[in-house]
Amino acid sequence: MTDSKYFTTTKKGEIFELKAELNSDKKEKKKEAVKKVIASMTVGKDVSALFPDVVNCMQTDNLELKKLVYLYLMNYAKSQPDMAIMAVNTFVKDCEDPNPLIRALAVRTMGCIRVDKITEYLCEPLRKCLKDEDPYVRKTAAVCVAKLHDINAQLVEDQGFLDTLKDLISDSNPMVVANAVAALSEIAESHPSSNLLDLNPQSINKLLTALNECTEWGQIFILDCLANYMPKDDREAQSICERVTPRLSHANSAVVLSAVKVLMKFMEMLSKDLDYYSTLLKKLAPPLVTLLSAEPELQYVALRNINLIVQKRPEILKHEMKVFFVKYNDPIYVKLEKLDIMIRLASQANIAQVLAELKEYATEVDVDFVRKAVRAIGRCAIKVEQSAERCVSTLLDLIQTKVNYVVQEAIVVIKDIFRKYPNKYESVIATLCENLDSLDEPEARAAMIWIVGEYAERIDNADELLESFLEGFHDESTQVQLQLLTAIVKLFLKKPTETQELVQQVLSLATQDSDNPDLRDRGYIYWRLLSTDPVAAKEVVLAEKPLISEETDLIEPTLLDELICYIGTLASVYHKPPSAFVEGSRGVVHKSLPPRTGSSESAESPETAPTGAPPSEQPAVIPAQGDLLGDLLNLDLGPPVSGPPLTTAPVQMGAVDLLGGGLDSLMGDESEGMGGANFAAPPAGTMPANLGAPLGGGLGDLFDLAGGVGTLSGSYVAPKAVWLPAMKAKGLEISGTFSRQVGSISMDLLLTNKALQVMSDFAIQFNRNSFGLAPAAPLQVHAPLSPNQTVEISLPLNTVGSVMKMDPLNNLQVAVKNNIDVFYFSTLYPLHILFVEDGKMERQMFLATWKDIPNENEAQFQIKDCPLNAEAVSSKLQGSNIFTIAKRNVEGQDMLYQSLKLTNGIWVLAELRVQPGNPTFTLSLKCRAPEVSQHVYQAYETILKN
Amino acid sequence: MIHSLFLINCSGDIFLEKHWKSVVSQSVCDYFFEAQEKAADVENVPPVISTPHHYLISIYRDKLFFVSVIQTEVPPLFVIEFLHRVADTFQDYFGECSEAAIKDNVVIVYELLEEMLDNGFPLATESNILKELIKPPTILRSVVNSITGSSNVGDTLPTGQLSNIPWRRAGVKYTNNEAYFDVIEEIDAIIDKSGSTVFAEIQGVIDACIKLSGMPDLSLSFMNPRLLDDVSFHPCIRFKRWESERVLSFIPPDGNFRLISYRVSSQNLVAIPVYVKHNISFKENSSCGRFDITIGPKQNMGKTVEGITVTVHMPKVVLNMNLTPTQGSYTFDPVTKVLTWDIGKITPQKLPSLKGLVNLQSGAPKPEENPSLNIQFKIQQLAISGLKVNRLDMYGEKYKPFKGVKYITKAGKFQVRT
Repeated sequence: MTDSKYFTTTKKGEIFELKAELNSDKKEKKKEAVKKVIASMTVGKDVSALFPDVVNCMQTDNLELKKLVYLYLMNYAKSQPDMAIMAVNTFVKDCEDPNPLIRALAVRTMGCIRVDKITEYLCEPLRKCLKDEDPYVRKTAAVCVAKLHDINAQLVEDQGFLDTLKDLISDSNPMVVANAVAALSEIAESHPSSNLLDLNPQSINKLLTALNECTEWGQIFILDCLANYMPKDDREAQSICERVTPRLSHANSAVVLSAVKVLMKFMEMLSKDLDYYSTLLKKLAPPLVTLLSAEPELQYVALRNINLIVQKRPEILKHEMKVFFVKYNDPIYVKLEKLDIMIRLASQANIAQVLAELKEYATEVDVDFVRKAVRAIGRCAIKVEQSAERCVSTLLDLIQTKVNYVVQEAIVVIKDIFRKYPNKYESVIATLCENLDSLDEPEARAAMIWIVGEYAERIDNADELLESFLEGFHDESTQVQLQLLTAIVKLFLKKPTETQELVQQVLSLATQDSDNPDLRDRGYIYWRLLSTDPVAAKEVVLAEKPLISEETDLIEPTLLDELICYIGTLASVYHKPPSAFVEGSRGVVHKSLPPRTGSSESAESPETAPTGAPPSEQPAVIPAQGDLLGDLLNLDLGPPVSGPPLTTAPVQMGAVDLLGGGLDSLMGDESEGMGGANFAAPPAGTMPANLGAPLGGGLGDLFDLAGGVGTLSGSYVAPKAVWLPAMKAKGLEISGTFSRQVGSISMDLLLTNKALQVMSDFAIQFNRNSFGLAPAAPLQVHAPLSPNQTVEISLPLNTVGSVMKMDPLNNLQVAVKNNIDVFYFSTLYPLHILFVEDGKMERQMFLATWKDIPNENEAQFQIKDCPLNAEAVSSKLQGSNIFTIAKRNVEGQDMLYQSLKLTNGIWVLAELRVQPGNPTFTLSLKCRAPEVSQHVYQAYETILKN
Repeated sequence: MIHSLFLINCSGDIFLEKHWKSVVSQSVCDYFFEAQEKAADVENVPPVISTPHHYLISIYRDKLFFVSVIQTEVPPLFVIEFLHRVADTFQDYFGECSEAAIKDNVVIVYELLEEMLDNGFPLATESNILKELIKPPTILRSVVNSITGSSNVGDTLPTGQLSNIPWRRAGVKYTNNEAYFDVIEEIDAIIDKSGSTVFAEIQGVIDACIKLSGMPDLSLSFMNPRLLDDVSFHPCIRFKRWESERVLSFIPPDGNFRLISYRVSSQNLVAIPVYVKHNISFKENSSCGRFDITIGPKQNMGKTVEGITVTVHMPKVVLNMNLTPTQGSYTFDPVTKVLTWDIGKITPQKLPSLKGLVNLQSGAPKPEENPSLNIQFKIQQLAISGLKVNRLDMYGEKYKPFKGVKYITKAGKFQVRT
């Protein structure tokens, strides 16, 4: 009898049948029915309709039935939150059950029901269970805190569960300790700044005691937690190491690797002269090797970590080369990793063995592996000088096989060998040249071309060879093109008489017929060099090259040190710090190895020795990229503001006085009342800058373009006008306009570099203004602006900045900074960019408001020379968020009643009188803030006339 | 921690999913399928795959992929170990870890998965404890259950859950008290063309089958414990005793379990019990080649080498093979190009050999690589490292148990290059 029977009833009315069975009086039938429901659930069928019926089965003393119902609940509670509340009572009751198994089960399930409404009911039972007399319940409750934190972090903090959880670290039961540590670690990961796991010698001692007695999984959590501790001196480090070492013999490889992490980290603090240090080194090798006899997936992770460990401490595994020899039935991902480590361990002592192995691998079937093996031979030659000769002869043997990909790889690595040992192995060039025709991969072609160019004087037909490549110049990849260009220039410098034509050909190909800027630039440089000073050209192009270093592929030491702290984690698999790939990078804490302490020094002068700073203090929190940009701006334009910059937060008065004198002189009499010009820093957050950088082409075209785009959608956009002439800003010309599209305002800028030097580090700030306009993102100019280049940028604005009434009202004072200086200008923005989308007032409301506003607030204007009829006017204005509420015809005149609202909530009511045949309109505006009327009228004029 | 688990069969069907936190859509497996497509062979699918929002960590066991989804930084080894534990548990419960067995027992599988992880944290993974919580299915039990209406879920807290010996259940009772140990050693070796050893080591394990009543406390000692310098222990073993006296002292779990695994490294000389004489050659510009291998005993400590099988992955250009074995039988699969020669026992008087012609695809170039020979064998009553159990003592209980130790040596990854 098997469960597959549960899948067979797929006929119509299945849900109905199940419903009946669930409500059956017979226990056995009920249970079978719930099983059927679960079975359907596991294969993704929707059985949520049975929710109330299943929940009804919950009140039972049959544990299996209860568990099954709980399983169901966890799956469906989210989609039926109201129903889920039905289950709450049973949970609360079960949390008081005399059987600890049921109490634990209830608290466990409650936490899995990810419904906000339920969480508040959960707190009391959870609090009780955290203090339950039975450790099994306590350890389950500890995990439940982590679950709850995931659903509602604030609630967990408010209820003080985090403190209770911290107390559980001192619990008498090791399993409870382990689970508390696990839960805290998980919570801490989402709150890197919180000081949840502040470890001190006492708590470390407790953890170490629990380590010996808890399950293998608990050991992993505790070891990972220990690794974050910073011992206060080398003695403490040693004593922790001593107590962790036995874990190296654990059968669970994850325990072993976590223990290795702790040891690798704390070892850093031990003096190398200590006997214990060398003992520890010896103890580390066997467990690492043992990991390689496990399943291939485990081997893979282990190998990635061993790769780090051998870079940090090669002495640990230097005698264990043979265990990394590849077996032909290893999965490819294991083979490649083993190969990598073999090269890292290669030394004069074992190079013969390694080479013999590599040669064996180079004849295998798997192409990727063979390629890597060939490459490895080259790396051996570079790493172990004594072996270079044998490596080269091995590579030549491999070239003789004529297997295409082997030959290509071999040529690539031989190029590197030439770079490492100049004037030693050039005799093999002839052999290489024989294979010229079979090369079809860019890297191999580029390598071969490099060789031909570099040794042009020894190859009689170098010009012919290079010429043959030149025929298909445009079809080559950039890598090959660049290499070919350089090689021919080298050839020319070596044999100028015969190759003049060739070099001219390649230069013209590179500079005139290519779209690639790198290639073009390099071409021009050579061209100018050759035409102005051939002697200098010779010195530059044929200069002695630096030898390539032994291990170019080593991980950079600071990164390596950081990665050592992450042994056993995903970071160690990817060889990248978590900040580089962890989802959302919620401010990841950088870890660093503890500094080594001299044993005598640290004991006597604690203040000079690096005392055990808690890990949370030492590492800096890396802000998200957006913050960084914001901060940069702050740093450049004023003193640092603590915390992320906020537009609404008032910046210290006078602190950012960069407008000061500059604006005063710029504005003349308007400077009154500007006191300490006060700029709000742009908020964090990035926006994609529009980087359509048209090279040539007059600005006029661009105006047209911008105008054309502007009318497509959104409100009217004026053509860009020059705001800051180049003369006043050391070559930086800024022109721009404002636009409003679907609710967002932006400032569209054109930055043109009319100076002779490259401009970079752009930033922008606004002075306080009447409507609180402020940049919503930093000014992003992605690449430096080279001379005569123009970049078009759309800077999003918001209206949450500081407000100060300006005169004229729509005056905006702007400061723009670049690497040269800070420049100031002011501009007037059209008011209609502030007209919001929900500016349509209700008729009744309109009437009431119109009456309510005193008559002295009414202003009347004439709009002349507007040939439109009422409909056209109405629709045109609507495009700019001026809404027509009613239209009346009075004595042959069309009266339009209109409303609009500004971003700061000011309503403006309008009556527009349009007389057919008369191009002059009369506009009456009523507003509680009559100052805006003049500008609203101007907005009307601009909208209607464009 | 571990977010979700998907079980996927070889044809790419997701036939079971389990979520321990919020539900992750099946579509996340598309990244896995993509990687699977890239890898030519099922065994070559990389175990750690990153996707824009999740990481997929997978293992391949018994023709099934166990794909777990994680979202935060979790030690990958922890996940892989756990997945293997899940597969072990299925094996243990259903006798095999196959799609059919899992589908047949889907409710038990679900209950087990729920019991093994809580919110992604391992809860109960010891088979002893799981079996107390959820009874394994047997035909008898399901019949009894359906008659009596009793359930297969235990309703008391497993005693081992919280004691200091979580691996053992309480109240164990046997009429015949027995303790058996199997010392199993596997030789991993690479032998080069000329017959010299490139690399060799011994992977050993001691598997125990303990059926003892009560709370027995056992001590196992060896004649030559010094051989064991690289050992991984079952959590039941008292590490301090081993450090100081080189005695394995432990309270055993009930039933079958692996007591220790050890490695005798290549630094110590590893005896190689067989040698192979081989002559495999392909003629230039002709569509045939010669194949001739002979196997003989060597350093076998006077024991018989038996159960010998030679497997050879022939190059792709091989069409067929015409061979004559002096002993045993051979098969050649022209599709996978695998030659298998089942030999059986070696008698030193008449060494088994396999000779004949190899037919190649006409016109194809002569194969570059020579195939490696993969050899399997067994030697009963011998631990090739020389490890010997000295004595087994029991404390804590009064009865006298049956005790037994069996030795066996096998070939592990034993390959001969030609």
